[in-house]
Amino acid sequence: NRKLLRKSAPNMLHSLNSYALQPGGFSFENSRRNAVLESNLSQAGYKAPNARKTGTTIAGIVYKDGVILGADTRATDDMVVADKNCMKIHYIAPKIYCCGAGVAADAEITTQIMSSNVELHMLNTGRPPLVAMVTRQLKQMLFRYQGHVGSSLIVGGVDVTGAHLYSVYPHGSYDKLPFLTMGSGAAAAVSVFEDRFKPNMELEEAKQLVRDAIAAGIFCDLGSGSNVDLCVITEAGVEYLRGYDKPTTKGKREGQYRYKTGTTAVLTKTVTPLSLDVVNESVQIMDTE
Amino acid sequence: MRGQPLLSTVIHREKMAAAPVMMPYFGQQISSKSDLVPDWTRQEVSTGTTIMAVEYDGGVVIGADSRTTTGAYIANRVTDKLTRIHNKIYCCRSGSAADTQAIAEIVAYQLGFHSIELDEPPLVETAANLFRASCYRYREELTAGILVAGWDKRKGGQVYSVPIGGMLVRQPVSVGGSGSTYIYGFMDANYKPGMNKEQCMELTAAALSLAMERDGSSGGVVRLASISEEGVERRVILGNQLPKFSTH
Repeated sequence: NRKLLRKSAPNMLHSLNSYALQPGGFSFENSRRNAVLESNLSQAGYKAPNARKTGTTIAGIVYKDGVILGADTRATDDMVVADKNCMKIHYIAPKIYCCGAGVAADAEITTQIMSSNVELHMLNTGRPPLVAMVTRQLKQMLFRYQGHVGSSLIVGGVDVTGAHLYSVYPHGSYDKLPFLTMGSGAAAAVSVFEDRFKPNMELEEAKQLVRDAIAAGIFCDLGSGSNVDLCVITEAGVEYLRGYDKPTTKGKREGQYRYKTGTTAVLTKTVTPLSLDVVNESVQIMDTE
Repeated sequence: MRGQPLLSTVIHREKMAAAPVMMPYFGQQISSKSDLVPDWTRQEVSTGTTIMAVEYDGGVVIGADSRTTTGAYIANRVTDKLTRIHNKIYCCRSGSAADTQAIAEIVAYQLGFHSIELDEPPLVETAANLFRASCYRYREELTAGILVAGWDKRKGGQVYSVPIGGMLVRQPVSVGGSGSTYIYGFMDANYKPGMNKEQCMELTAAALSLAMERDGSSGGVVRLASISEEGVERRVILGNQLPKFSTH
């Protein structure tokens, strides 16, 4: 009844609230119509297109000198791989990066908006950004959209207070932990962390651990695949290792599997000529890479 | 924070009733049963939870488990559900993680502002009323069950319960969350008025362990805190150190 009142007399309510509620967010006016259309379409045999999700395994750890973020590189459209080598580790600030899972477009745009806000905040305050600030703005924005912006993010970086790692969920909740995983391959990756994570690891050991966690997601989750990207962030700077490991490249064949001609004895041979005419000849080159 | 129009309007006009302007615009709500909404919107992060707060003469003891779930997956097994609102006022959060984190942050801001205006530490009753104002106004949209507990010099240790729906009631002992149903009997049998701080701590730890044993959505470690005139003292009881009971 409160909702009916808003729909029928929006102007009256706005004049009552002199500090007006911010209009904005999504307009759901067409949702009912879309639902009806979609059910009619499916009766006729057509399917409405789905938002592309990144499937995804993303992970992050805090190690001795900073944070390491990792991600796979597969973007899926239902059961089809839409992009075999997409970048899921996004730039937010010089020493703050963000891995994105969930709806690909939402993750991409959200991180771009954050990056822009951080730049403005830096100019306003004259200070380098804090990871906590990025997380706070992210979660306040996602909460405002009540979960309709489907981006799950792992924010990691180094600021004046040290190295920090946060995860932010689509509905706007956050967790601060020494190691985190998200995406459809999160369960596979977190099992690697739960087994082998130690506080204050050395760089090489830490990189290997994140690589192994993402690899677990790549092999054990259908929504994740292709390569492992890493991003090492320290006080000194950032090392973006695109394609750090490619565990899914085709292996080299070890031996020869062709048998010599004459290995199998021929017992009988019958030749039946077929009279065919060539009508049309065309060559099509297949993209095998 | 000039990028955020909501907050700046609040400071110039109304101060205490900042709740409506700071909350998201809840105008249009999709009912997920009748319309076709994508399924990722339904999987919300919930705190499952068992939370508890006990008053004693001179302060309060609060406790919580540490499990946050997304469906059947434990998103965080070492969550801190005892959230600081002010120096000597804490809240225990249960329900939706996003909703309770957002509300706690808003109330902490409002209370901090109010305290600076007053030039005095704020009252626990004030904090509880701020929670109640947000939880009641947006009761249709929120899933938040909160225990507000703390110490102030006017009434000493106080526990206020703000369950789902936005009621406000002061109680000497209160439990909340999905695991609380398993320990009402234990509380009724074992709470006695006039217990001291250590007894309250033991009671809380025992009650939370029992609830965590029975409730699938509660688990992990037990986080305890005591708030008194001296200050806040926090403790963690790890899984293997929890009090044990006979049916194992």
